[in-house]
Amino acid sequence: MSARIYISRDSGALCVGAEEVARALFKAVERRGLAVEIVRTGSRGMYWLEPLVEVATPQGRIGYGPVKANDIESLLDSGVLEGGEHPLRLGLVEDIPFFKRQTRLTFARVGVIDPRSLEDYRAHGGYKGLEKALALGPQATVEEVVNSGLRGRGGAGFPTGIKWRTVAQTVNPQKYIVCNADEGDSGTFADRMIMEGDPLVLIEGMTIAGIATGATYGYIYIRSEYPHAVEAMEIAIRRAREAGMLGPRVAGSAYAFDMEVRVGAGAYVCGEETSLLESLEGKRGEVRAKPPLPAHIGLFGKPTVINNVLSLASVPIIISDGAAYYRDFGMGRSRGTMPIQLAGNIKYGGLFETAFGISLGELVDDIGGGTRSGRPVRAVQVGGPLGAYFPPALFDTAFDYEAFTARDGLIGHGGIVVFDDSVDMAKQARFAMEFCAIESCGKCTPCRIGSARGVELVDKIVANEDRAENLLVLEDLCNTMKFGSLCALGGFTPYPVMSALTHFPEDFGATPKHLAAAE
Amino acid sequence: MPRYEPWDPERASVIIAANRHRAGAALPILHALQHAFGCVPEAAIAMVADALNLSRAEMHGTVTFYHDFRKEPPGRRVLKLCRAESCQAAGGDALAARAEEKLGVEMGGTTADARVTLEAVYCLGLCHSSPAAMLDHDRVYGMLDEAKLDALLKEAQA
Repeated sequence: MSARIYISRDSGALCVGAEEVARALFKAVERRGLAVEIVRTGSRGMYWLEPLVEVATPQGRIGYGPVKANDIESLLDSGVLEGGEHPLRLGLVEDIPFFKRQTRLTFARVGVIDPRSLEDYRAHGGYKGLEKALALGPQATVEEVVNSGLRGRGGAGFPTGIKWRTVAQTVNPQKYIVCNADEGDSGTFADRMIMEGDPLVLIEGMTIAGIATGATYGYIYIRSEYPHAVEAMEIAIRRAREAGMLGPRVAGSAYAFDMEVRVGAGAYVCGEETSLLESLEGKRGEVRAKPPLPAHIGLFGKPTVINNVLSLASVPIIISDGAAYYRDFGMGRSRGTMPIQLAGNIKYGGLFETAFGISLGELVDDIGGGTRSGRPVRAVQVGGPLGAYFPPALFDTAFDYEAFTARDGLIGHGGIVVFDDSVDMAKQARFAMEFCAIESCGKCTPCRIGSARGVELVDKIVANEDRAENLLVLEDLCNTMKFGSLCALGGFTPYPVMSALTHFPEDFGATPKHLAAAE
Repeated sequence: MPRYEPWDPERASVIIAANRHRAGAALPILHALQHAFGCVPEAAIAMVADALNLSRAEMHGTVTFYHDFRKEPPGRRVLKLCRAESCQAAGGDALAARAEEKLGVEMGGTTADARVTLEAVYCLGLCHSSPAAMLDHDRVYGMLDEAKLDALLKEAQA
């Protein structure tokens, strides 16, 4: 019997040398005449341990990491194929505290299976959701998603089941399922990990969505910065089609569903759903006014379900294990689990899927291990470039949609970017405005012009030009953008700006007195 | 390393014809053109507009909306440094300045010998291992520090 070794081909592993490690291992075992099967997986999400090499043993998978190509000889000398001792040995991968503390529902297979193998996918519970959805029928499937309490994981948090129900109730011979994989928020990579590590779960989720709502075609809009995700999805779609899991008779049923990948072209705003639809139609990615909702008039004017990768990838387990099973995780109106992404200046960067309700401090200090630089944490930005900066004083905030809203923040797509005490918060506020100016689609004035004026205002405030007065103007501008913009780009850019100003006034040369006057 | 073909209208029409039947064909066509020629030249915009029955103005508006599409082919290698928040938090600003200084170009510029185009990118989804970079279409690098950046610059210039 040959030994089996798992090495990730997730781009997060490739970026620290996983390909070189895999190649060195392949050469070394060939030279030594060893029978070894090398399986390329997604990533477990413990990126500080990548490249992680895992070996199948009767006790489970033993990990070694982070491995460099020149560690391979010594690993083989230590009997790595039997899980032998070595300074890089981490023990059972699933017993590593960062991993053990998680509740992996959406990410159950990521890092475990070969993402290109339909057999491996099925062997780990894949396509059970689709099987159940076919047995339940469309209407009951939609109600399962409604009852699970699943809310859009892209950032807006709108109930996924309600979107589905709206589309299911429309009468139209052509409806579409669109997967928003334009994951542009800095600090997020969960969509990428799903697409690279378990693409079939996304295909299954989209197929279920199609059957449930009467849509026969799907598009996955992936950002161009994700070439490895594009490749993984295209291979998986081909395999699913070859196996009859996509096509005119999905899994031998009477339902037709097929899909394709479309690649974005470097526009952040296309992560906004209506802008994404415009882009898919081949136009400038300008935001549409709502209503009409995409559920009524979406892609090419047809009823369209548009959901984030994580929302769709959570559907198979909701259907297979039942709405109640999923709903029992979480708190308040935030049900189920959230794949949280720890990023920036952080010791243990990676993906941590857990039930809603965990505190921000536990995530940053306990699980993330604080900063990589070893300096004190000064601020964390939660929810991407449009999310608020929180100081450690707010670390008791529970990871929950409403709890963050109550503190003038948002959880967005679940990214947490950690900054140490060398950060200049006025610079971060300026960057938020600058980023909005670069990425604005230009459709509405508060965003297009407001962001450019915002950059100038922050510059003036920092330079102490009419500081008190300009602080007032900046706050007024933020209000205009917040309430006058069509979409979240202009509407939420005030979150990082105002939170930086509120929690770190000293970086703007402002005193709390200035801010009191500004309020 | 990508090799681009010189501009050739006949080759461009073949590329356009292969994609024009697709729903919302503009982006797939533009990507395919840029893949072949390294850019979407002005002459191509008119051809795509014709094929899709759109005005040149509309097509120009679409092409220029997206950061990815270039007017001119880039240098032999394209190095994208992530400039978004996560990489800023992990020392990316200093690395970007170092890259600009060592290559003698600003972000968006191409070295005088046309070997390297340096570009800012806003997130590569490698934020767990910031600072991150991408060379050409798909070679990714994370946990960059001065030494690793220098090695990367050397590789790009080779």
